[in-house]
Amino acid sequence: MPETVLAGSAAPDTAEPQVRRTALLGGRIPLARLRDLALVPAIIVIAVVGQIVNPVFLQTDNLINVLQTMSEMALLVLAQTMILIVKKMDLSLESTMGLAPGVAAWLVVPTGAGHGLGLLPGAWSIPVTLAVGALVGVINSLLIIRFGLNGFIVTLGMLIVLRGVLTGISGGQTFFQLPQSMLYLGTAEWFGMPASIWICLALFAVAIVVLGWTGFGRSLYAIGGNVDAAKAAGIRTDRVLWTVIVTGSVLAALAGLLLSGRLASVASAQGNGYIFTVMAAAVIGGISLNGGKGTMFGAFSGILLLYMIQNVLTLGGVPAQWIGALNGLIILVALTISRITGGKVQE
Amino acid sequence: MSDGERAASPAPAPADDGRVPADPPVVEATGIVKRFGPTVALNGARITIRPGETHALVGRNGAGKSTLVSVLTGLQAPDEGTVTFGGDPAPRLTDRDAWRRNVACVYQKSTIIPTLTVAENLFLNRQQHGRNRLISWQSVRRGAQDLLSTWSVDVDPQTPAAELSVEQRQFVEIARALSFGARFIVLDEPTAQLDGPAINRLFDRIRDLQRQGVTFLFISHHLQEIYEICDMVTVFRDARHILTAPVAELPRTELVAAMTGEAAADRLEERASTLDTGVTAALSVRGLGADAYDDVTFQIGAGEIVGLAGAAGSGRTEVAETVVGLRAADGGEVEIAGKRPRPGSVPAALAAGAGFVPQDRHHQGYVPDMSIADNATLSVPHLLGGNGFLSRARRDRLAAGMIEKLAIKTPGPELPVSALSGGNQQKVVMARALADDPRLLVLINPTAGVDVRSKEFLLGKVEETAATGTGVLIASDELDDLRMCDRVLVMFQGRVTTEIARGWHDHDLVAAMEGVDLHA
Repeated sequence: MPETVLAGSAAPDTAEPQVRRTALLGGRIPLARLRDLALVPAIIVIAVVGQIVNPVFLQTDNLINVLQTMSEMALLVLAQTMILIVKKMDLSLESTMGLAPGVAAWLVVPTGAGHGLGLLPGAWSIPVTLAVGALVGVINSLLIIRFGLNGFIVTLGMLIVLRGVLTGISGGQTFFQLPQSMLYLGTAEWFGMPASIWICLALFAVAIVVLGWTGFGRSLYAIGGNVDAAKAAGIRTDRVLWTVIVTGSVLAALAGLLLSGRLASVASAQGNGYIFTVMAAAVIGGISLNGGKGTMFGAFSGILLLYMIQNVLTLGGVPAQWIGALNGLIILVALTISRITGGKVQE
Repeated sequence: MSDGERAASPAPAPADDGRVPADPPVVEATGIVKRFGPTVALNGARITIRPGETHALVGRNGAGKSTLVSVLTGLQAPDEGTVTFGGDPAPRLTDRDAWRRNVACVYQKSTIIPTLTVAENLFLNRQQHGRNRLISWQSVRRGAQDLLSTWSVDVDPQTPAAELSVEQRQFVEIARALSFGARFIVLDEPTAQLDGPAINRLFDRIRDLQRQGVTFLFISHHLQEIYEICDMVTVFRDARHILTAPVAELPRTELVAAMTGEAAADRLEERASTLDTGVTAALSVRGLGADAYDDVTFQIGAGEIVGLAGAAGSGRTEVAETVVGLRAADGGEVEIAGKRPRPGSVPAALAAGAGFVPQDRHHQGYVPDMSIADNATLSVPHLLGGNGFLSRARRDRLAAGMIEKLAIKTPGPELPVSALSGGNQQKVVMARALADDPRLLVLINPTAGVDVRSKEFLLGKVEETAATGTGVLIASDELDDLRMCDRVLVMFQGRVTTEIARGWHDHDLVAAMEGVDLHA
């Protein structure tokens, strides 16, 4: 019988048939930790392949280009990862990403230019953007946590509603002539690198520390793993869930701000369809849809891998019309690979 | 009940060494009333637990045990009555930390988070922080190591909790409870998922801790365990306190009488065998082998009731599941009423004439949010109309018949199964097993978590079914389930080791299940 081992009274028995866990470096690093790094070899392989396909790939400009185009999407991945870890799901992030800067532009852009109202001075655009993000998060939390509605359906509804609101206030058109404050974060360069890259990397660094080394971060895993047990351990689960969902929406608003700044406009379809890539990146990065599992580092390598592959395809001269089909294919292949390396059935 | 099993272990340590009788009780609850809507869960209940004793709380399902536990652990406030700890009134419900210093409970359902490591589980929400106010994982690990070695629990704190066995999980939960400072621990059916040797190790641990001054409230359905480990016993029945007495002074018959409210009915009246040898055997299993069992061969005649006994992990459940197609064997064959269904296919086994009650009704037995009618007719769509269309009227007629036949307590067939009590839920599962007049009925732990009355009813139904010429296989380690069997096959470590005819003594069967030869 595969009996368990317990030192009933004194020293443990010899020759205990305990399940040996795979470990490296004399048992210092358990395999579970290595799983966080599972995508690193894949990233290296892609880098090598990219360099062979086109020597431009590893040049600084190209790498910065990759990082900048992925920075907005990466923030959504960051938000979704937190939410998935607590075993919730927020589909409306992609619409929040469009609506939040959209509302700011609507209020700030002078009349006469498109659908702008010109009600507020330009300096208000950033606070308004973030406030809209927070408001969306509050509404989501209210419906999901307070009223106990199904999170998937609530945020699916919100996805449609928010997209519709943006189309409504913009008349289906694109906001141009954005104020300087809205352009700043998307265009500025700090220490020779676009500000959006710095922001993205800094937020991931903060998230890695918070999730790994603070009580709040660990309570996310506890809630996702077993919410009743988390409650029994004295964690204020509802409060944590509120914080996570609202923070997620604010991050989505920030991502929208970066994208609007970079493109100097807010299209009524801004962010449309992003959520699928976001979910794919998170799952490829080892985040479990069942909650309680995965790390920020994994999520980051997931989105990085997806964007690097896209970049290599573009550099390789793959026709733009085929990129969409290949993107989907890449997601499926990456999932298959992580199923093989992870060894567990993804549910 | 039985006597003599596990008598090999030493008697409980004397609990009264150095104890001054004048000590205030560790916990005392008096006049507790708790209502949930119209039902009264506790009606003037009381319990007094003295320091250092191991106190048993027994009663049938619905007697109010779980409600008392949630009142004693501060999960629910009583409507009336008082709870005191060591003479002081209980803390406010919201002051979880104060409650945790007084009392801890190891529930049947794990409160360990499987995705986190053991160390993190132990210090969840109270991790040691370093100088930079971030969690210092090093000191969390060290703290966990200290804690586990203080209470001599041999588990690596770095193990993910999902890898722990049930037994290790319980020890980790006990260690965590003690680390909050509680010296009074409620064990809610701790042995339910353990096998014999693991139960003995748990009892050793309890005695150890008892010597170190820890008080236990022990809840169990197995009376022999109470005689083995407990000093005092309190019996609840129908939401009331019935009696509290030293275990040693209370004979089993009186204990059972206190629990059931009637003199222990001797259910042992001989059942006339209904075996019909003139018909094709209901089940014939030849040379069945797989990971969990090896070379299993037996036959069940029409109208015969055969028990398949064995400890947890003996392979009895796996064999029964193979028979009904929940698993496929590596080798050997299963023949149900003369037909050989495709191995590993439940529909094929059902079509061949099998009906079955799975091991865990919550997992495999029913769909909680579906109605009784839908659940009971889930496996018999062909009775509900042809061409793939279902007739609601026919379904309800069929279900109404089942509800009557199995005496399911419900206002109507439309009620979701989740709204029923455990016993009635199991009856729904049984109704489904019987829906198609099976030639072979396979029951796995059919009375687990079912109260005494429903248990007798269900077993009575099984006898009735056998009398109509159905062969019955009961895979269980519950002696009461096996009593009416014409013969019992005992499995030990994957093999059928013993066959016992009806009229066995409890200790013979238990010894065979544990792999011990009493006559050696």
